[in-house]
Amino acid sequence: MNATAPASAAITEQIDERDRGGKRQPMLIADKLKKYFPIRSGVLQRQVGEVKAVDEVSFAVLKGETLGIVGESGCGKSTLARLLMHLIPKDSGDLIFDGDPVGGVRGITLRELRRNMQMVFQDSYSSLNPRLPVQDSIAYGPRVHGMDYKDARKLAADLLDKVGLRAAMFGARYPHELSGGQKQRVNIARALALNPRMLILDEAVSALDKSVEAQVLNLLAHLKREFNLTYLFISHDLNVVQYISDRVLVMYLGQVVEIGPVDDIYNAPRHPYSRALLESRLSMDPAQRVIEPPISGDPPNPINPPSGCRFRTRCAFAEDICASSTPLLGAVSTQNHFVACHMASAGSGHSKAGLAH
Amino acid sequence: MTDVNALLADFAEKEASPPVRGYWSSVANRLRYDYVTLFFLAVILLIVLISVFAPLLAPFDPTKSSMAYRMKPVGFRNFVLGTDELGRDMLSRLLWGGRTSLLMGLVPVALATFIGGILGVLAGFLGGWVNTAIMRTMDIFYAFPSVLLAVAISGTLGGGTKNGMVALTLVFIPSLCRVAESATTQVRGLDFVEAARASGASTLSIVQHHILGNVLGPVFIFASSLISVSILLGSGLSFLGLGVEPPTPDWGLMLSTLRSAIYVQPLVCALPGVAIFITSLSFNLVSDGLRQAMDVKA
Amino acid sequence: MPLDAAVMERPVKATVKAQPLVDVRDLSVKFVSRESTNSAVNGVTFDLMAGEVLCIIGESGSGKSVTMRALMKLLPPNRTKISGHMRVGAHDITKMSESDMRAIRGSQISMIFQEPMTALDPVYTIGDQIAETVMRHEHCSRAEATARALELLQLVRVPSPERRLKAYPHELSGGLRQRAMIAVALSCKPDLLLADEPTTALDATVQIQVLVLLRKLQQELGMAMIFVTHDLGVAAQIADKVAVMYAGRIVEYGRVSDVLMHPQHPYTLGMLASTVHGNMRGQEIEAIPGSPPDLRRPIQGCSFTPRCKFAVKDCLQASPPVVQLDNGQYAACIRAGKGAMPAAPQA
Ligand SMILES: Nc1ncnc2c1ncn2[C@@H]1O[C@H](COP(=O)(O)OP(=O)(O)OP(=O)(O)O)[C@@H](O)[C@H]1O
Ligand SMILES: Nc1ncnc2c1ncn2[C@@H]1O[C@H](COP(=O)(O)OP(=O)(O)OP(=O)(O)O)[C@@H](O)[C@H]1O
Ligand code: SF4
Ligand SMILES: [Mg+2]
Ligand SMILES: [Mg+2]
Repeated sequence: MNATAPASAAITEQIDERDRGGKRQPMLIADKLKKYFPIRSGVLQRQVGEVKAVDEVSFAVLKGETLGIVGESGCGKSTLARLLMHLIPKDSGDLIFDGDPVGGVRGITLRELRRNMQMVFQDSYSSLNPRLPVQDSIAYGPRVHGMDYKDARKLAADLLDKVGLRAAMFGARYPHELSGGQKQRVNIARALALNPRMLILDEAVSALDKSVEAQVLNLLAHLKREFNLTYLFISHDLNVVQYISDRVLVMYLGQVVEIGPVDDIYNAPRHPYSRALLESRLSMDPAQRVIEPPISGDPPNPINPPSGCRFRTRCAFAEDICASSTPLLGAVSTQNHFVACHMASAGSGHSKAGLAH
Repeated sequence: MTDVNALLADFAEKEASPPVRGYWSSVANRLRYDYVTLFFLAVILLIVLISVFAPLLAPFDPTKSSMAYRMKPVGFRNFVLGTDELGRDMLSRLLWGGRTSLLMGLVPVALATFIGGILGVLAGFLGGWVNTAIMRTMDIFYAFPSVLLAVAISGTLGGGTKNGMVALTLVFIPSLCRVAESATTQVRGLDFVEAARASGASTLSIVQHHILGNVLGPVFIFASSLISVSILLGSGLSFLGLGVEPPTPDWGLMLSTLRSAIYVQPLVCALPGVAIFITSLSFNLVSDGLRQAMDVKA
Repeated sequence: MPLDAAVMERPVKATVKAQPLVDVRDLSVKFVSRESTNSAVNGVTFDLMAGEVLCIIGESGSGKSVTMRALMKLLPPNRTKISGHMRVGAHDITKMSESDMRAIRGSQISMIFQEPMTALDPVYTIGDQIAETVMRHEHCSRAEATARALELLQLVRVPSPERRLKAYPHELSGGLRQRAMIAVALSCKPDLLLADEPTTALDATVQIQVLVLLRKLQQELGMAMIFVTHDLGVAAQIADKVAVMYAGRIVEYGRVSDVLMHPQHPYTLGMLASTVHGNMRGQEIEAIPGSPPDLRRPIQGCSFTPRCKFAVKDCLQASPPVVQLDNGQYAACIRAGKGAMPAAPQA
């Protein structure tokens, strides 16, 4: 029961007739995505500043892999997910889905993108319509895309069975009659209803109890194989991300600070922030208590992020260069491992630059 | 070991099947135990029935006056509830008057719910300048006290039952619009609406399937609380000589014309007031009960 | 980092060693409504020595918060039926009147909540709120109370505390707000601090800061603490003793190292097995099937039976006996102490 394919086999073995760009074409490429939220105040609603929620974020999601995104609250993970789904307009940047630009003259339409890419929201009271039986909630998407009511309900019933809820027993229920874990299964079934190739899971298991979280994670692994899916898995739970991901992207204040294969990042994080984040994990062994917190202070306000490297206000290695110039994402020793820190780029002017950690 | 497994399976089955119940039936179930609300619901039903069958129930013609039997007390000969200042039978007039008063209570609220609801949902869902345009216009009307506004509008339009209803409708639209708008704005931001958008649904479809069902509840509750206000305002208009015109029987109008006879037959003069009081109180309490019953945590 | 000893200096209470500070016997809480009776807590028994930290772990709805609220007498009196005995220090909580309770709330027993934003008043500054609590319980002047407030903010390591005294709750970040909450809770040097998931809403990097701080303060002030969490890692970090709750009962209790490393109850074992960590990559997680029981129906036998992989017929017959082990650990399971339980996975 191999839940996740090894990174080298990120290219799917099955043949998928929906595939357009070929096996090596990434499923999704995000190029310099940017979203600033204006802050208005006063009677005239004048703009007094902006939240740099997502600032020039670029990455690729390979076919069949799970890319995990971690970062502290407010670093822009959900904004990024909403940008990818086009639920909010982007300020600038491009999206390429399986080789086709999204929205352009030659590319695929938004409607096609949404058929192929779906999102699972964090389970909460708001993720399902309280006035619709869950089977109708699942059937809604296919009906929007022209399926007739009977077929859509049949499909919804099949999907409920697939996510482990007996349709006969659960289909007619309303969300308030389901537990958190059951609701999340319905959310997943709804996302699968359009037969997508990629799922964006935004904190999909964060609100669940540990025992239920485990059930849903097993389900996700199973569905991934059955439906040949690609996952973008957003979470602030570092253990869950390590468990499920093939590659990991670390975000800090709207920017990518490190991206690479999961083992490289977890075994040898190169960015001081990634390191602090990983050291903040709690051990299950009472004998291994943390005595000194690995990092002090809270993440700064994204309205006025620090100049240069945004992490420098909390970084133990910060030098003058960190304030004056912005470190760019650059490759480190291993392939596919990129980090944005002056210490990692030789000749940056940082006194520790180029030294192996 | 099989019996253990059977036991456990049975256990799990029982555990997993609570009664499946929709939102509205769970609301109905809660109402079933709310005896106060049920009682006043019955009172309202009775009033409605009486008003509908007033022609059959009324012992006399409500507009037929008689100079000989003016201002007779309760229980005078055949006049069970006495007569008014023109010698008309009070019971008949009260029964007939319920019709006008109920119409004055229900029609403006229904119309305002429809118009205000549509405007509010539009403003809430579309947001931006549409919202600003609709809501600022509403704010202008909202700035006036409702009594003053009703008087001003029906004064401009002139008397008559129809004009009175139009005036009341206009008075209620802004507040209903506000309730609908705030409910819509709240629902619009929820994840299931985002999920519907993510599935590629059109605005109209989202409003129809996901917004309306969730906005109807709060709007409905608020509207039901306005019925008693509408009855009172309608009576007030008639009392001032606007709204219903004589000799049509109407509780408000009756209260107004009997005012001068308050020292002659206080009991008879108080009757229309009592009718207004009971009706609006019943609507108020039922609306309160509804609000509680519909406040089911999702 | 030594604490400013003068700030929190207090006479060491002459507690007889054997007498626990908190003693809860057979506590039951039922929420009664017209439609149903919800047996949220069913016979909870535990005690806690002065200066110890007890972690109550359990899933959502297992009755953790209700137990804490019962200890503070914060449950709505007309809708709840409470039975059993609760004693904190010399106070018999069960018998105390509301006005007596008010006098000890905040001074001898304090509480911190998951979401500080709802517990702090948005219209007063942090300084005013701390000073207010100090003045109410110690009847000192406002100047003295404000001075105390500053000391307290220093105690909980709020950076530039002078400035933060004049800040409103919404002007602070989540971590600072939680620290301000802790400062309010500690303002009258309580004997017992109740903490209801105080770090659940915080980021990992901030959570660890708050946990380390709470542990240090607790040790230096010698106060007892009951800490509610559903995260086993948090319990491992901060607890001396652990109580595992399931469906309103404590199913396992003991020293943190014993419970987490050698669990005796199948539920604790299941929780440990289903807690994800990186070493499990590529394997199916051993999840506990099903979901917790509906507390509105009577439960016969062990409430964990439907989800338990070790269940046998006897489990459904009667409430399982509480088995006590030599090391003070106990578990409510007919198999407890009989060995044969697979060892817990090591993180
Ligand atoms: N609609 C909006 N208008 C203004 N600011 C916003 C909006 N949505 C998000 N933000 C801001 O953008 C930043 C990033 O928010 P986002 O929700 O993406 O964070 P996140 O990483 O998902 O955090 P969390 O882990 O708490 O979910 C935050 O500072 C947030 O306050
Ligand atoms: N005021 C209340 N009225 C009625 N029922 C309540 C009330 N407070 C809690 N309950 C019920 O009591 C049970 C236990 O709730 P409690 O809040 O103690 O759970 P918890 O263990 O703290 O869970 P969580 O981890 O979600 O905070 C639940 O079934 C809950 O619905
Ligand atoms: S660039 Fe400088 S401040 Fe930023 S992480 Fe690297 S060393 Fe620290
Ligand atoms: Mg988010
Ligand atoms: Mg709780």
